Amino acid sequence: MAVISFIDAVTMAMREEMRRDQNVFVLGEDVGVRGGVFRATVGLIEEFGEERVIDTPLAESAIVGVGIGAAAYGMRPIAEIQFADFIMPAVNQIVSEAAKMRYRSNNDWNCPMTIRAPFGGGVHGALYHSQSVEAMFTNTPGLKVVAPSTPYDAKGLLKAAIRDEDPVLFFEHKRLYRLIKGEVPDHDYVLPIGKADVKREGTDITVISYGLALHFCLQAAEKLAQEGISAHVLDLRTLYPLDKEAIAEAASKTGKVLIVHEDNKEGGVGGEVAAIVAEHCLFDLDAPIKRLCGPDVPAMPYSPPMEKFFMLNPDKVLKAMRELANF
Amino acid sequence: MTTKRHEEVGLTDAQVLDMYYYMLLARKVDERQWLLNRAGKVPFVISCQGQEAAQVGAAFAMETERDYLCPYYRDLGLVLVFGQTARDCMLSAFAKAEDPNSGGRQMPGHFGGKKYNILTGSSPVTTQVPHAVGMALAGRMQKKDFVVYTSFGEGSSNQGDFHEGANFAGVHKLPVIFFCENNKYAISVPINKQLACESVADRAIGYGFPGVSVDGNDPIEVYRVTKEAVERARSGAGPTLIEAVMYRLVPHSSDDDDRTYRTREEVEEAKKKDPLIQFATYLKEVGLLDENTEADMLARVQLEVDEATEYAENAPYPSPESTLTHVYGE
Amino acid sequence: MATKVLMPQLGESVTEGTISKWLVNVGDNVKKYDSLAEVTTDKVNAEVPSTVSGRIAEIVVPEGETVEIGTLILYIEESGEAGAAAVAPTQEAPVQQQPVSAPVQPSAALAASQPAQQKASPNQDGPKQRYSPAVMALSQEHGIDLSRVVGTGAQGRVTRKDVQAIIDAGGQQAEAPVAQNTAPVAVSQPEPTPVPAAATATSVSSVPATTRVDIPVASGDQIIPVTPIRKTIASRMVQSKHEAPHAWTMVEVDVTNLVHFRNQAKDEFKRKEGLNLTFLPFFIKAVVESLKEYPMINSTWAGDKIIVKKDINISIAVATEDALYVPVIKHADQKSVLGIAKSVDDLAARTRAGKLTMDDMTGGTFTVNNTGSFGSVLSQPIINAPQAAILSVESIVKRPVVINDMIAVRSMVNLCMSLDHRVLDGLICGRFLQSVKQKLENVGPETKLY
Repeated sequence: MAVISFIDAVTMAMREEMRRDQNVFVLGEDVGVRGGVFRATVGLIEEFGEERVIDTPLAESAIVGVGIGAAAYGMRPIAEIQFADFIMPAVNQIVSEAAKMRYRSNNDWNCPMTIRAPFGGGVHGALYHSQSVEAMFTNTPGLKVVAPSTPYDAKGLLKAAIRDEDPVLFFEHKRLYRLIKGEVPDHDYVLPIGKADVKREGTDITVISYGLALHFCLQAAEKLAQEGISAHVLDLRTLYPLDKEAIAEAASKTGKVLIVHEDNKEGGVGGEVAAIVAEHCLFDLDAPIKRLCGPDVPAMPYSPPMEKFFMLNPDKVLKAMRELANF
Repeated sequence: MTTKRHEEVGLTDAQVLDMYYYMLLARKVDERQWLLNRAGKVPFVISCQGQEAAQVGAAFAMETERDYLCPYYRDLGLVLVFGQTARDCMLSAFAKAEDPNSGGRQMPGHFGGKKYNILTGSSPVTTQVPHAVGMALAGRMQKKDFVVYTSFGEGSSNQGDFHEGANFAGVHKLPVIFFCENNKYAISVPINKQLACESVADRAIGYGFPGVSVDGNDPIEVYRVTKEAVERARSGAGPTLIEAVMYRLVPHSSDDDDRTYRTREEVEEAKKKDPLIQFATYLKEVGLLDENTEADMLARVQLEVDEATEYAENAPYPSPESTLTHVYGE
Repeated sequence: MATKVLMPQLGESVTEGTISKWLVNVGDNVKKYDSLAEVTTDKVNAEVPSTVSGRIAEIVVPEGETVEIGTLILYIEESGEAGAAAVAPTQEAPVQQQPVSAPVQPSAALAASQPAQQKASPNQDGPKQRYSPAVMALSQEHGIDLSRVVGTGAQGRVTRKDVQAIIDAGGQQAEAPVAQNTAPVAVSQPEPTPVPAAATATSVSSVPATTRVDIPVASGDQIIPVTPIRKTIASRMVQSKHEAPHAWTMVEVDVTNLVHFRNQAKDEFKRKEGLNLTFLPFFIKAVVESLKEYPMINSTWAGDKIIVKKDINISIAVATEDALYVPVIKHADQKSVLGIAKSVDDLAARTRAGKLTMDDMTGGTFTVNNTGSFGSVLSQPIINAPQAAILSVESIVKRPVVINDMIAVRSMVNLCMSLDHRVLDGLICGRFLQSVKQKLENVGPETKLY
């Protein structure tokens, strides 16, 4: 089994699926000859040609809208939004169209489409290349929202997204692309969308996270273990619909829950997770449900100290985890 | 005796009579829905009146079991040609379980149905335009020889999705027919407040394909123009934008009052050019229709509408619990 | 968040108090009910207990300073960051100035009795430890008395893990150290010596006296909330009955001579001393004298040892309308009948006035219970733990008695004694009672009152 980077796992998933199914194709800005600005689609145009690796006009609504039409007809488009920040022109297509197509047609039509979007900060991307926009979509039944944190999960979940009969918004934290490497089987496998994953077993506190922040949690958990604090770390992986059972189970295990995400706090995914815990785990709770999130400011500033202030890091997470453990 | 213009464009006598039948059916279904609405039996009507000629003329230029439609909410005449029935329309108006568009989930006018080759549509306008482009792209990738027709109002031609979709189709020379039904009003806002260019058709040049403006009250002309567009598309020459100029004879919807923004004189003047009257006159002039056959056809249509109304009114609603179904595939 | 400790109101009409001595230093960890300071007021001297567990954060009022009631005197960093605790009732002296509400009469509106109960309740409850839902659920499911769990969470909060650990270890042990610290409201308290009678007790019971029991309530039944003092009485009674194996014995005493003597002396006594000469001081005097002869009776069970008390401090049970107090006649062995009489009079009066001090109620080594005062001729008293025995004096009644084969009418009294069989056996108690009997029967003109 090879140890590869997160982004290579993304590429591997697409390549395998394009080989497996002629209906799978990629469209987006710079996905062709350039291989994507992050190089996620590198090599695909060489292997599959420009008919299946389509450099589109710079128009996000069309990228998604055209994908929807193709998906409805029976194709398996993978649309790339270059930065999640730029998904906004396509929101109408995603929310009003892709997510509702099956429901509004009474199951006559469906939209098996994947929309990939690099999100998150810590790359000096400033306001419009750093955003976490997932919460805008995690209130949209009909849509699935996935945000893997490891190369293994990225490959398995992206393949599942491509094969899914419904639209999947696939968020890839751009900081993970080359930061995180991991073992990824080079054979075919898919991971179930809608299932969270316990990334670390523990008994003192439960930490629920996703994306880059999850790695901060794992690093903090490792340090805290030396202090005798045992953290249970749940990776949501799918942000919508949430894996309520796994959340409740993980929360009940320790009764102390910390939710960590880079997206800002108010209205973030963490609020929904907290609500699930509150609804289902009251008599297992031993502490207030805590959230550690990005600040409630419009987006991440460019200036390094400001970016650092905005971003989570292992120390911030460790402090929050220790506080909860000591509660 | 007037020349048989329809023969010049390749339409048979039977075809033009069929066209008239569909136009009449659309009109009568539409009128019945207004009556039902004013009687408090259906909550909402959105109308095709004044646009039937363009819709039916365009529909006849396509192949119903081959080509695909991404229509908009006024396209009753279009979808009737593509196989929807008066009963289907009434089921939709009454929001009954059997409504083929949505099983009663959507308002009337939100057409759809795989069996009719009609993609499901929504209320935010113009979202269907990129879908049509995507379907055409899929057809090309799967080496299927179909064209995709998408229609929209002149107001919608201002939407980004029109421009993004048209541009994409132009770049990729996709077999799409962009069919603008210019009925002069975007609800209350007249065309001169919507567009600065002479006609909607002028917009095509920016996307590298032809734009044609045509009299939307003349189904034969519309047929001719659309037929050319279909042939262009099938030949791989790419999309065409057609602007069919017409007039919306009734308010925007059952919830609208057009007296607040346009004069009765203007409407009455437009009604003189009612495409149904004009086309009936033509058919009589060319000897395909007389008072008797016209009355027969009207009786036949009324019977269909009556039966459809009766059926739909008595048809079952979807179960309340079915609200929860079909969020995702099972 | 630190809990504020305020100068308690130690007695009605008291408006200020003096910190005579701080018993804690900044940084000390205190448990709930640990003494914080000695406070002097013009009515009461009392130790102020903590009502929370935590760490002494700051001493605000220095020793010797007199401050108004309600003045902040101390900060305790409480467990469980119980924000509300800061505004919770101030720490009140353990000495209930009005321990008891008026008897709840069926005709009395419920509301009428409410205020009194609410006044009384802070004595006992104080600022409450806050428990998480998990802790509450677990403790209820497994019958864990959370007040006895030492929390390891922030500021001593009881965590779910703390409770789980107890459950995993097989449940809660016998009601223990906290019993020592329980607010000494009503029943006399063991001396604050490190003799944790109960702590080392072998008893296995952990059933709290106030465990909620589901008893059906019929319409028309009257529900009387349990006051803190009643709770304390209940828990101490249960504790005593659970821990000390009670044995019981009784002797009859002919007190005809005592009656004569008392009747002759009482008027002059009243005139001279200003108080009624009752029979009780004679009984107490006899008991004290006998205790000197049988010091084992004046002792305490301490698990692995028995502690024989040097001082003879007699607890006397004083009943109010709905509660029972057991103030203490200190050094009763050094008192004459008069001295005892004065003490009894004083303690009874102050009990009924609700003016007992903490000191009044601690240190008892043996209890005399005057059950005869309400007409009883036979009782089985419950030992006032951790004492080893209790004696009740029943009613003096005239009865036909056979003396020298003749029937005579004599004034007779029953003395009933319950004894902790761990400490005492029947033999020694029999001897002790015989000694008391003898002393009482020998009362006569030579008996000294002074």
